[in-house]
Amino acid sequence: MGDGVVGDSIFPAQTAKQISKKVQSGECSALQLTDIVLNHIRTTDETINAYITVDEDGARQQAQAIDQKIASGQKIGALAGIPMGIKDVLCTKGLLTTCASKILSNFIPPYDATIISRLRQADAVILGKLNMDEFAMGSSNENSHYGTVKNPHDHTRVAGGSSGGAAASVAAEEAFMALGSDTGGSIRQPASFCGTVGLKPTYGRVSRYGLIAYASSLDQAGPITRTVEDAALLLGVIAGHDPSDSTSANIPVPDYTANLDKGVDGLTIGLPKEYFAEGLQDDVRRAVMTGVETLEKNGAIIKEVSIPTAGHAAYAIAAYYIIATAEASSNLSRFDGVRYGFRAEATTLTDMYIQSRSQGFGAEVKRRIMLGTYALSAGYYDAYYRKAQQVRTLIKQDFDNAFSSCDLLASPVSPTPAFKIGEKTADPLQMYLSDIYTVSVNLAGIPGISVPCGKSSEGLPIGLQLLGNTFSEHTLLQAAYVIEREQTS
Amino acid sequence: MNYEPVIGLEVHAQLATHTKIFCGCSPTFGAEPNTHVCPVCLGLPGALPVLNENVVEMAMYMAIAVGCKIQPRSRFLRKNYFYPDLPKGYQISQFQSNEEMPLATGGGVEVPTADGGIKTINLTRIHMEEDAGKSIHEEGFVSSSESLVDVNRCGVPLIEIVSEPDISTSEEAFHFLTRLHQMLVYTGVSEGDMEKGHMRIDANISIRPVGATELGTKVEVKNVNSFRNCQRAIDTEIDRQIALLETGGTIQQATMLYDPDRNQLRAMRTKEDSDDYRYFPDPDLVPVVVDDAWINRVREQVPELPEAKRARFSQDFDISPDQIEVITASRQVADYFEAIVTAGANAKPAANWLQGDVMRVLNERKIAITQLKITPQSLAELLDLIDKGTISGSVARKVFDEMVGTGEAPQTIVDKQGLGQISDTTELDGLVDQIIADNPSEAERYQGGDKKLVGFFMGQIMKATKGQANPQMVNQILREKLG
Repeated sequence: MGDGVVGDSIFPAQTAKQISKKVQSGECSALQLTDIVLNHIRTTDETINAYITVDEDGARQQAQAIDQKIASGQKIGALAGIPMGIKDVLCTKGLLTTCASKILSNFIPPYDATIISRLRQADAVILGKLNMDEFAMGSSNENSHYGTVKNPHDHTRVAGGSSGGAAASVAAEEAFMALGSDTGGSIRQPASFCGTVGLKPTYGRVSRYGLIAYASSLDQAGPITRTVEDAALLLGVIAGHDPSDSTSANIPVPDYTANLDKGVDGLTIGLPKEYFAEGLQDDVRRAVMTGVETLEKNGAIIKEVSIPTAGHAAYAIAAYYIIATAEASSNLSRFDGVRYGFRAEATTLTDMYIQSRSQGFGAEVKRRIMLGTYALSAGYYDAYYRKAQQVRTLIKQDFDNAFSSCDLLASPVSPTPAFKIGEKTADPLQMYLSDIYTVSVNLAGIPGISVPCGKSSEGLPIGLQLLGNTFSEHTLLQAAYVIEREQTS
Repeated sequence: MNYEPVIGLEVHAQLATHTKIFCGCSPTFGAEPNTHVCPVCLGLPGALPVLNENVVEMAMYMAIAVGCKIQPRSRFLRKNYFYPDLPKGYQISQFQSNEEMPLATGGGVEVPTADGGIKTINLTRIHMEEDAGKSIHEEGFVSSSESLVDVNRCGVPLIEIVSEPDISTSEEAFHFLTRLHQMLVYTGVSEGDMEKGHMRIDANISIRPVGATELGTKVEVKNVNSFRNCQRAIDTEIDRQIALLETGGTIQQATMLYDPDRNQLRAMRTKEDSDDYRYFPDPDLVPVVVDDAWINRVREQVPELPEAKRARFSQDFDISPDQIEVITASRQVADYFEAIVTAGANAKPAANWLQGDVMRVLNERKIAITQLKITPQSLAELLDLIDKGTISGSVARKVFDEMVGTGEAPQTIVDKQGLGQISDTTELDGLVDQIIADNPSEAERYQGGDKKLVGFFMGQIMKATKGQANPQMVNQILREKLG
């Protein structure tokens, strides 16, 4: 292990659920707890760089309000007093929301994202806004206007991305839980790199209203937490229909924390053979297979399955990077310097657009805007965008087939543990290829969870990915719980 | 050489909904700039559109009115381009291609032709879209180095009605637009207020030698805001194209703006710098699914349309085609007319009064017939008073003018001001006797054959009665007494 803070806990309790109970019972106040975490952020985050904005005053005010609520005997929400961080891709009313981009470096939203409102209603304490790859584009959190996030387990390594700040803050105890977003693996991969739990819900399970769009048909916000139970707790608060998001599903939300210990006895769990093929590092394979054995030991039936399109980089990575960048090229058009955000000095309108966007966006964002613009252009649309949509349909069919004979699929999250800072920045394609086990999930709209399943020979955390059919989050959580129990016992 | 114009129109009509197409903001015209806005229509980061169902329903009304086929499933697409008054950097619209269907396709509108016939202008489609905002450049309060943007109009719901290139003259274009306007207002789909920009027209114009089958290069004239201006813009562009071809020039594909004050067209952009809009389905919205039950429900609620109303009026009422045209031009006027008749008046005098005095008052006061203080029932009562001989036509006009101001019932006005006609035989007999006795020489001349003098006696009697004597009765009594 590196010289991080992990393992040297400053808290009497490890999980958000436990700490919230202490707050509710009056064992410690929300304000005390918030101050402890804020203090810890002050000392730790200079190194980790998980936060873009720490809202000390706001957090303390929220904590005080919650303490008053408890003192006066009012009904208290499910996240009572839990200090948490929010990926800076979610709009927070009155609090700077940058998407880790220079172009939004002065943007203060006049409204809360729907799921932020839900957190507030559940009496969470919002500590601040977490670092990320700019506009959620990246797999290492090296594409941030606010600097790279360091992996708390080894400061020379990346925290993963794009929700690097979210995963690192939870791992470094700078937050009890965090909200991330996942467009192609951006919750699961950093969760895996930082040894936390990360859940990407079914597309439509969680409202996107107020989530600044990268790729609208793929984006989904979700929890990054220390434990499976905390993930279940947080998902239960943020999930559910939102009339402000046409793509949000009007399906009842189960109590994800109930029956977490139901086990996996009798479940059929498929291992997609394409996800265990060439390119997978031995350490990762070993850890993931240990997790799979745990599932088997607990009564799951393990079988090999094939997802030929979804598991093939030439199809999945290609389709993902065309669809995601096409949508992004349009979604990011609104950042033009006219109404809000960074505006460059210029003498003509066209020049203002060009200068504001050239100076306001980072290299990776510009690369993806150009890719997407190209894919949608007259004469190329059929060859790229339409073809990618056809591949997407095949990928969905792959998963449909797999789930006709399996309850869940198990796989690695990433081919390697956290890599060195700077290791892949020179080769974007190599970086893109490391998303191979995660992007198809977003294309298919299904849920996935990353749960720690072991360590590499260098002591780096490794995550196991479980995938389920749409709206099967409760089953994913139950299975992840089995692996977690084995890890901690 | 003789040329034949080929014209297609794209008409943007603002729908009369209470909220914008993708958010709850008001689409009302004329508000303080940038006040009717929210995160959605401002295109703030993270905000998402949600389709206003009423927009779909209103578009369906119009689609049914013009005989379109309503597509069971259609999508919204993004039309991407940069402009300061387009906050998202794309307009949410619909599109028609091999894969994509707009809400409604086909249909047509009948227009009168120059030779007195009827011609159908076929429609390509009707689709839904959001309006953009307004950029303000050369106003007094804007310096030359700046532009101001008002985003109130962003997200105001529009339908775009696209015609096939079936229009051959500017006159047909004018009739097409008038008919569309009538239908939009009849169905309640749009307020159709031209001054508020509720209808804006793009015209695609090309010419070709008479008899040719191939289309010429087209020029698009954008954003014309009145039907007459559209007609003039088309004529101007046709003349320009003919002159160009006649002098050996060629027509460049271009987009033009029409300046109605100078009757001039100005090039906006040419083909070379035309935008690639990169249309693709908007992933923030779900497909618009319309089932038969919904279509039928709307179909049942579509009111009687102008064409059908005209046919029925010419069948049921003995009034001239010209009057039918005037009365059916507005659904409210037509309803008013029918209400007068239902209240017991004869169609002909009802039509005459409507076309004459009522229209005059509406024009003078710049009000709609629904704002007129005179109810159709009181107008019918007024006609009845004339019919019964209680008042003369000229007195009726006075009563009418009084009614316009006060809204009082005609009988009340007649009673209050003592305007009733004298139709009492005994009273009139006495009056006639008196007048004859007072004018013996005129009576003698009359009896000697100067029958025109009956007018003189009539005048005397009217003078004596302040115009209230029943003229028919006086005429008869005079002739009897003078012999």
